Amino acid sequence: MSTQLMLSLISGIFISSIAAYLGTLMLSKKMTIVAGPLAHLAFPGVALALVFGFNISIGVFPFVIVGAILIWYLEKKTKLPLENLSAIIFASGVGIGLLFLPIDKAEEALVGSIISITPVETFLVIVLSILVFFVTRHIYKKVILINIHEGLAKVEGINVDIYNLIYLLSIAIVVALSVYLVGALITAALIAIPPASAKNISNSFRSYKIWAVLFGVVSAVLGIVISRIFGLPTGPVVVLVGVMIFLFSIIFKKNSWKIEGSY
Amino acid sequence: MLLKVEKLNVVLDGNQIIKNLSFNTEKGEILTILGPNGSGKSVLVKTLLGLIPYDGEITWEEKIKVGYLPQGLSHLKMQESPLTVREFFDLKSPSPTLQDIKYFLNLVGLELSILSQVAGTLSGGQFQRMLLAWVLISHPNVIFLDEPTTGVDIAGGKTIYSLLYDIKKKEDITVFLITHDLNIVYKHSTNVLCLSRQGYTCFGEPKQILNKKKLEQIFGMEIKYYKH
Repeated sequence: MSTQLMLSLISGIFISSIAAYLGTLMLSKKMTIVAGPLAHLAFPGVALALVFGFNISIGVFPFVIVGAILIWYLEKKTKLPLENLSAIIFASGVGIGLLFLPIDKAEEALVGSIISITPVETFLVIVLSILVFFVTRHIYKKVILINIHEGLAKVEGINVDIYNLIYLLSIAIVVALSVYLVGALITAALIAIPPASAKNISNSFRSYKIWAVLFGVVSAVLGIVISRIFGLPTGPVVVLVGVMIFLFSIIFKKNSWKIEGSY
Repeated sequence: MLLKVEKLNVVLDGNQIIKNLSFNTEKGEILTILGPNGSGKSVLVKTLLGLIPYDGEITWEEKIKVGYLPQGLSHLKMQESPLTVREFFDLKSPSPTLQDIKYFLNLVGLELSILSQVAGTLSGGQFQRMLLAWVLISHPNVIFLDEPTTGVDIAGGKTIYSLLYDIKKKEDITVFLITHDLNIVYKHSTNVLCLSRQGYTCFGEPKQILNKKKLEQIFGMEIKYYKH
């Protein structure tokens, strides 16, 4: 196996597992919708990087993180639904991006560049993934409680604003990492699809988390390998493998726990 | 005195929801907050819990521990995630011991077999009992129950209240209860605080203050009620 493929696989495994892990939290708050718009904020970052000739990741991170803080602040200020605010952020990202982005060079931003990832970038991916994993694990239970009922969480002594901010920042980092793997257009798929498949076949939160991470990793590894063999762009193949798993999960759907409209 | 509220005013989005409200609550009371939809009952509870900004004075006795059973948290909402009952208890920090969980499930009359069940699959009545156990397990001195019968059939609803009454004898708690149910008010409340949409309020013992005239002022004209 070539070193390049090794690097791609290692980064792919780290990015997809942390994206799926964080995604399990987002699915229950219907937050996966936020990941897409955030990923599109990568566009202006990519544009700047291409125009001025520096590494794309240096362009992407600040934009996505500032975007996350902006969404957090605007939600606090305006009380508008997150979906709504994300749409605004999304439009600004793509708008600004398209003004400057040299379209002919934009492929990396659109479909991901994991197949040409460097050792330094791989190292960064690993460090950031581990960091986000521990942060997410620390806030996990509290965020679930906030998702269930904000008032209840506050009475239980949870500082909702701080936890929401940490949560959004974690999402921002994962989104920026995912831009590497699948590109800005379909980042949400990495965060949304594995948890959705896992939810179909889980009967506890524990198994839900484990299956989500497993499905994420399988999509990434299979996606990278298949795209290499057939010379296809990596991002779309990773996403399509995820979709295939999702379709299978529907067949095996347990969901005995979901009783429609019961009272 | 456990709680002293003086000249409380709450304004939300430019609407005055609570106007110049004053009342006191002693330890061990069951205070029922009564009023029609939109009279500000839930807003009052949230204000007392410190979740909403206000004008006036709210003074709690020191070192109280509060439990809250919010309105609108139903087993249906919990179907969004595959959280089991055990995992739901683990969301508390610190996580309660299995022994404690068993004790409190028993106290609210639930089988231990529900621990591995997904919370969203419980029936409405089971879910409310489970929530009550979840609230009680931290040993609060004060609990707020915002319409605990929402989504529960009548038989289930009645047992939730009698359950609450039994538990109150064992655990030294003060209960703030929001309800529409006048039967509950007569049977179990120490005091009643009534709110109306027109800003009319009253406060006192249920038998003393709840007469036909006052009920009409609270709920509007077409109220049917029977004194027990």
